[in-house]
Amino acid sequence: MMETKTLEQLLAESDFFRDLDPAYRQMLAGCGRNVVFKPGEYMFQEGEPAHEFHLIRKGKVALQIKVPGRGPVTLQTVQDGDVVGWAWLVPPHKRQYDARALELTRAVAFDGLCIRSKCEQDPKLGYEFFKRFALVMAARLSAMRLQLLDLYANP
Amino acid sequence: MQIRSGSSQNIAMPAPADPMLAQPWCVCRIVRETDDTFTLELKPQNRSGQMNFKPGQFNMLYVFGVGEIPISISGDPTQPRILLHTTREVGAVTRAMRQLKPGDVIGVRGPFGTAWPVDESEGADILIVAGGIGLAPLRPALYRILSRRDLYGRVVLLYGARTPADMLYRRELEGWRARFDLEVYATVDRAMSGWRGNVGVVTTLIPRAPFDPSSAVAFVCGPEVMMRFTVDELLKRGVQPHAIYLSLERNMKCGIGLCGHCQLGPLFVCKDGPVLRYDKLADWLQKWEA
Amino acid sequence: MSAAGSNLTTSTVVIERADFPCLLDALKTSRYKVIGPKLANGAVVYDELASAAELPAGWTEEQRPGLYRLNRRPDEALFGYTVGPDSWKKFFHPATAVLWQATKNANGFNVSAPAIQTQRLALLGVRACDLHAISILDSVFAQGTFSDPIWTTLRKNTFVIAVNCVEPGNTCFCTSMKTGPRASFGFDLALTEVVEPDRHYFVVVAGTNRGTALLDKVPHRAARQDENDCAEALLANAVNKMSRKLDTAGLKELLYRNHEHPRWDSVAARCLSCANCTMVCPTCFCTTVDDTSDLSGRQAARVRRWDSCFTLGFSFIHGGSVRASVRARYRQWLTHKFATWLEQFGTFGCVGCGRCITWCPVGIDVTEEIEAIQQTDGIKPRKEVK
Repeated sequence: MMETKTLEQLLAESDFFRDLDPAYRQMLAGCGRNVVFKPGEYMFQEGEPAHEFHLIRKGKVALQIKVPGRGPVTLQTVQDGDVVGWAWLVPPHKRQYDARALELTRAVAFDGLCIRSKCEQDPKLGYEFFKRFALVMAARLSAMRLQLLDLYANP
Repeated sequence: MQIRSGSSQNIAMPAPADPMLAQPWCVCRIVRETDDTFTLELKPQNRSGQMNFKPGQFNMLYVFGVGEIPISISGDPTQPRILLHTTREVGAVTRAMRQLKPGDVIGVRGPFGTAWPVDESEGADILIVAGGIGLAPLRPALYRILSRRDLYGRVVLLYGARTPADMLYRRELEGWRARFDLEVYATVDRAMSGWRGNVGVVTTLIPRAPFDPSSAVAFVCGPEVMMRFTVDELLKRGVQPHAIYLSLERNMKCGIGLCGHCQLGPLFVCKDGPVLRYDKLADWLQKWEA
Repeated sequence: MSAAGSNLTTSTVVIERADFPCLLDALKTSRYKVIGPKLANGAVVYDELASAAELPAGWTEEQRPGLYRLNRRPDEALFGYTVGPDSWKKFFHPATAVLWQATKNANGFNVSAPAIQTQRLALLGVRACDLHAISILDSVFAQGTFSDPIWTTLRKNTFVIAVNCVEPGNTCFCTSMKTGPRASFGFDLALTEVVEPDRHYFVVVAGTNRGTALLDKVPHRAARQDENDCAEALLANAVNKMSRKLDTAGLKELLYRNHEHPRWDSVAARCLSCANCTMVCPTCFCTTVDDTSDLSGRQAARVRRWDSCFTLGFSFIHGGSVRASVRARYRQWLTHKFATWLEQFGTFGCVGCGRCITWCPVGIDVTEEIEAIQQTDGIKPRKEVK
């Protein structure tokens, strides 16, 4: 008999939402829904309006940019426990890259519009979100910098 | 050292195992690993020759008339009659090495330096973090650990390469991944189309690697910047500074602590290293141009 | 070492100036090649002495940062100077040495090391600072995990006659480094030269049985109390006249925590990275190897030669040098001598001989550089870039 977790339980266990006020977590769970992406399926594409962010439960997603003559170039991959998408939080709310599932990926999709308006009303909630997203973006930026250094290149 | 006293010639013979004298080893074959990296497979010139080395040690390899460089031994320490060195083609000596043919002779001095603490780490989880060609000096440690697998807890290999085509020991990596008692995670800085593995620096693999930080020992090797950031991530996860070992590289002319070139602060990388415990190294790694 | 008396049990003797040549004769009879101070190229250098007549009698040196001059003395003292650009390391750690030669053959190549010629040197006129320097290099080359057969072979059978300094050079600071002016170990004989208007003699103490045995071949007699007192007074005077000082308390930690001190920028603006200091330094030991082959490609050789951490290529690894700036290289040298050497070998690398100060073309003074850092310990570099 397979045990299914409620979204709230999931959020409580995830690194991203763990220390959040339980009331907020409950509210967020209400804005989320389970989604599944098949291998090769796009989570979102560059240019699309960004009104959702995803928390990956299980799977692997490639963040890609299509380069003429080279096709889609993967810049980074993310997986279990990672959050994908920050454009929903930052104007002009347009996706800056493609996110494509590399394998069967289960995720929770959060209604960004709903959460954004709640953040406007409750600045404390807004602060909590920005704190967490700042951490994610800082870690991604840091990792990107190391990638940019091309450390393994032949000098 | 023998001195024939009373001899009018006053000549002293050098000690038999003079560490500055190269021993001849034969090139068995040269295996192309990637575009610019190759493995030299050497065997002793005579039947009784062998090299007992510890994982992490290096040899000074000499190409006749060209020069000599330090290269980590990348083979199996339980097979002392086959000597493997994986190196990148970066200069005159490595270029000359690449041109050698089976049967050619190379001068070998060694093994020198300190080793990965495989014996002292028995009972612990082992986390091996390799960046680029850093996998070469780590491979002997992995061989040794796998040869006595039940003495260790979880064993995890994290490997970062530039692109999938730059991965070393690809077939072996796949074999290791297939084992049930070894976890292998690889990532590349830059993917080619069709690559469905991880993309991102190797440090991103650390937060999720399946090991117990409180009882883990980490062996790290790769470009110094990569090692610095890897240590940061390891410390963040709770690995103790005295349980992290790095392998460093410096200019070496003698390999035996007498020429002075390889110093990093008070440490001679050739004899206090190349494998060094992080807490002993921490201050000096952070000093720029030390 | 206390100035009041030496810690040796042998008593002192006196050799008159007139009998001094017998000392060299006795050494030669015992088949030693005598190496001592001589004048050459405007400096006091160490070279083979055919007789005592070749000693720089009546000469002295004027030394200042970046300056070395020979001057005449008012007297005829044989050892009335301190140290020149030479140190004794060149006799045991030659500037170039063939490590081995190789010849191609059917089985690859054959390597053979040339036999190291043993020598029987008698070093005459070794200053206390240099005794320490030789001992320091003994710990580098003969007491580590690996030893250097060239050093250990050439060092054997060396007879040492030390000379106590009675007049410090202007750039000397041996008292601060606790290496002089009195020779306290590492010698077979130690001399203190006493030059008075009506007398010229040497107060001599033996440090080994070998030294005592050699004394037996030279006219001498037990020293009188007043002669001993004279020698002691001269040594005490030398201590007092030492003008250059260095506070070594906590020096290692000071240099470790001031790795980014702005003084390094200041000295880097002056330092030419010419490597003079490392060449004249009696404890600098770094070497490099040149792998050569002849035109036919059948003969190869490896030659070891002195190298200096001041060169750009010294720390070169693929991609560049670790110490690319002069700032980093100067700092490496100074930090090695006064800090990391302690961790490596248990003593300072510097013996306070002052050679680096004298022979630096721009007159950089290590004691001044260190004092500047001591006085502004912990200061952060200025943020603005000129």
